[in-house]
Amino acid sequence: MPTDMFILTLPFDPSALTLEILMAGLATLVLILGIVVPKGSRHGLGWVSLLGILGIMAVAVSLWGEKQELLNGMYLLDNYALFWKITFMTAAALVILGCMRFVDKMGNQAEYYSLTLFATLGMMVMASAGDFITFYLGLELMTLSFVLLVCFRKTDAKSIESGIKYLLLAGMSSAVLLYGLSIIYGLTGSITILEIGRIIAMQPLSPALVLAVVMVIAGLGFKVSAVPFHMWSPDVYEGAPTPVTAYLAVGSKAASFAIVLRLFITGLPGIWENWAFVMAILAAVTIIVGNLVAIPQTNIKRMLAYSSIAQAGYILVGLVAATEAGIKGVMFYAFLYVFATMAAFVVVAYYYNYSGSDELKDYAGLAQRSPLLAAVMLVALLSMAGIPPLAGFAGKFYLFSSIVGDYLWLVFVGLIMSMVSVYYYLRVALVMYRDDPLDATPISVSSPVAVTLVFATIATLVIGIWPGPLSEVVNGAAHSFFLH
Amino acid sequence: MDFPILLTILLAPLVASLIIMFIPKEENILIKSIAAAGMFVALALSLYAYFAYNKDIGGLQFVFGHELPWIKDLGVTFFLAVDGISLPMLLLTNLIGFSAIFASWNVNNRPKEFFILLLMLIAGVMGTFIAHDLFIFLLFYEVVVIPIYVMVIIWGSSKRVTKEYAGMKLTMYLLIGSGFLLVGVIALFVKTTAIAGHPDMSFTGMAMAAQQLGEFDQIWLFALMLFGFGSLISMWPFHSWSPDGYAGAPTAVSMIHAGVLKKIGGYGLIKIAVYMLPLGASFFAPYMAVLGVIGVAYAAMGAMAQKDLKYVVGYSSVSHMGYVILAVACLNVIGINGAVANMFAHGVMAALFFSMIGFIYEKTHTRWIPDMGGLARQTPRLAVGFMLAALASLGLPGLVSFIPEFTIFIASFEVYGGVAVIGIAGIIITALYVLRAGANTLFGPPRPEYDHLEDIKGPEMVPLVVLGTVLVVGGCLPSLLFDMINSGVVPLHAAISDALQLGGKF
Repeated sequence: MPTDMFILTLPFDPSALTLEILMAGLATLVLILGIVVPKGSRHGLGWVSLLGILGIMAVAVSLWGEKQELLNGMYLLDNYALFWKITFMTAAALVILGCMRFVDKMGNQAEYYSLTLFATLGMMVMASAGDFITFYLGLELMTLSFVLLVCFRKTDAKSIESGIKYLLLAGMSSAVLLYGLSIIYGLTGSITILEIGRIIAMQPLSPALVLAVVMVIAGLGFKVSAVPFHMWSPDVYEGAPTPVTAYLAVGSKAASFAIVLRLFITGLPGIWENWAFVMAILAAVTIIVGNLVAIPQTNIKRMLAYSSIAQAGYILVGLVAATEAGIKGVMFYAFLYVFATMAAFVVVAYYYNYSGSDELKDYAGLAQRSPLLAAVMLVALLSMAGIPPLAGFAGKFYLFSSIVGDYLWLVFVGLIMSMVSVYYYLRVALVMYRDDPLDATPISVSSPVAVTLVFATIATLVIGIWPGPLSEVVNGAAHSFFLH
Repeated sequence: MDFPILLTILLAPLVASLIIMFIPKEENILIKSIAAAGMFVALALSLYAYFAYNKDIGGLQFVFGHELPWIKDLGVTFFLAVDGISLPMLLLTNLIGFSAIFASWNVNNRPKEFFILLLMLIAGVMGTFIAHDLFIFLLFYEVVVIPIYVMVIIWGSSKRVTKEYAGMKLTMYLLIGSGFLLVGVIALFVKTTAIAGHPDMSFTGMAMAAQQLGEFDQIWLFALMLFGFGSLISMWPFHSWSPDGYAGAPTAVSMIHAGVLKKIGGYGLIKIAVYMLPLGASFFAPYMAVLGVIGVAYAAMGAMAQKDLKYVVGYSSVSHMGYVILAVACLNVIGINGAVANMFAHGVMAALFFSMIGFIYEKTHTRWIPDMGGLARQTPRLAVGFMLAALASLGLPGLVSFIPEFTIFIASFEVYGGVAVIGIAGIIITALYVLRAGANTLFGPPRPEYDHLEDIKGPEMVPLVVLGTVLVVGGCLPSLLFDMINSGVVPLHAAISDALQLGGKF
């Protein structure tokens, strides 16, 4: 059969990888266009990336309901993964639309946008990862893209410093993570998460497994910046260009949660009691430290960094539950966190263009200079604090109702601390609304930024007032999680 | 479907604030007129609802949206309805809201933002009283906190404490309280879902399941709610935000806060905590009574020592809320009737008080009692309003607060005997500080530096006329208020006494 020999037979259906292939294509296209297009008109690359992402999102929506396992569970495509991918792409689209002018000022648009897209690709791989290799591949693609993005302002010492910091610490945490994963492989003889779950459920708890789980928690704790592995994030968030900070805070964190859920709930359900307790402690400490340390901050980016540490703590709460309700809480919260965080950071980035400062005191009188920026900031911060009728309230309701039976004390910690967080969020409101501006010239908000901000704010309000539809979508996604 | 009257009442101020957003900020009078028009619609409709409510049938009326699924997996529906307990509160909100617009007629510093926030605040408070779903209730309950904070820090006044301090203290107390409340609500939701087999957050649905909870569960859940609602109603020892907060807040916020917002605490205690967790309520009732009485006596003593008019009224409102807590703790029909009626009466009285103090402060630039005197000669109409509020505060027969206080004394004496006597004695102290404040401010020799003062006139008269009329009419025709409240309390009490008997108590 000589002719048959030349027919390439793949052991799986490549259509399951449509989204990733498209994203890789888009990132490469943007990079090539950057070489072809003359310097003056590279502004359009942002629009190309944006439209590309929106197109891929449409494809992702059309794949909803698909359920495939490729290569014996190496790659999983289900509603769970799709929901996360849509979340990442929403974040990427918002950050690109909201920060075009900021990127134009930095220059090198082609590299910037293609790195953002590659980072997104890494996240998408992580959301679908079914084994350690795929997971690690996605993780490193994302992390390395972010390292480059963090030190993108090549002439700014702070930016370079945070890039190096991020590179070194991320490398170290990856090493710890890999070591943990290798021990798990040694114990079970498998790298497929589904299979590991089956094998570990039958084994007694061994000290080696405990060591491995601790290392995995430490490694991934770094990625979601859970206390005590959070030290890097305020410095890196402060030094990185603001759009990168925004995407780092949202995308990298969400992607890490996507894989953390898969790894722990699918891979280690047999020893749930053991790690759930550790996670509960981790969540409580993260919530408390994040919120308390945010209080004395005077730089708004550092404040947002600590507040996003606290947000990660809330999301960890859903992991502790390890039930469908918990997973649902995590996904719901991560999705609305995208809008709140993006809105806040886009305001910061836009205002930085005007004032050249990220200090809180320079926000004085913002409400009089631009009511839109101030209102969006206030709504975003209050949503993070969980004040109704904003989305954060519904999100916290879902998260905390998932653990109220087993971990009532954690519900107390979470809700009381989220009320404490209002203290530092309102300080921003105080400066923006009460004080008179030094320079009262009105700030005109360019239309792409206005669209981003208004969209994010309306999303925050609508999800908060009418969470029904999103909640049903998330239910479907969380349900598919357990179907493998 | 009938005309959605409750939804219209809720939306009227919101629509007005939306219109104001599109008006240039220089159009001072237009902004105020639109705010007033929005509140007038809401007030007129709630007056209509009050008199159209069929007291013979009782129960939930003007029901809206109970078949409108809002969040399916939490069992939330956009359920608006009123009964004999919530309708007086709704009317009170609109009376005070309408007056507050006119009490702020002289706000000329950033009026656009002021009236937008004020209208949102009023709508939020109304929402809590007409929601018949716990989730929607919470939504409105917390939404009011932020506009208040912003209003205090921009338009507040810094006298004894800075307005920043006052605003933050107010906000943090209420939010921490609501944090505990939220823990209770989430736990209650999970437990009732397990009992009923499906999520249902409407008051009635949740209460049916919650009343089957064991005594232990009911006790700790009630404790959380008591803490949350207790700090809102400024129950001793969680009251200290109240005098400071009122002193720092602008007049309209003080009026709404002391007049109605605080009452959400009492309302929530009755319609949520006691109704859903009767075993917990009967466990905590004696403690509540003690805390209530301490509040009455302690805050009355505190008021005696104050020289700032706003602090006097601030402490006095803590003291009056002590009566409400004492009355709720009686857990019988007369007691709860008295509690609701007293909240209504105190709301009208406190709002009138704060609006008059606001005018005095605007004109004399002081609230310091020793710096004033003889104002009754220079500003007679203002003095009438002040004295009306003062006399209502000490429970003068013929004004609205006499019968409610009397009712509370009867109920609490019957249940708690000796403890109640201390509470009743508080009325003497109240008379002392209220009359003294009135005498030192309004009477005595007039001071020449105030000769140029203009008496209140035009729009400034509205709070006096509206609230003063309610004070007198409510005092002469108490049945207007009591028949309504009774029609709501009797079925509620029947439900909890059933549950208490099932639980083996009494």
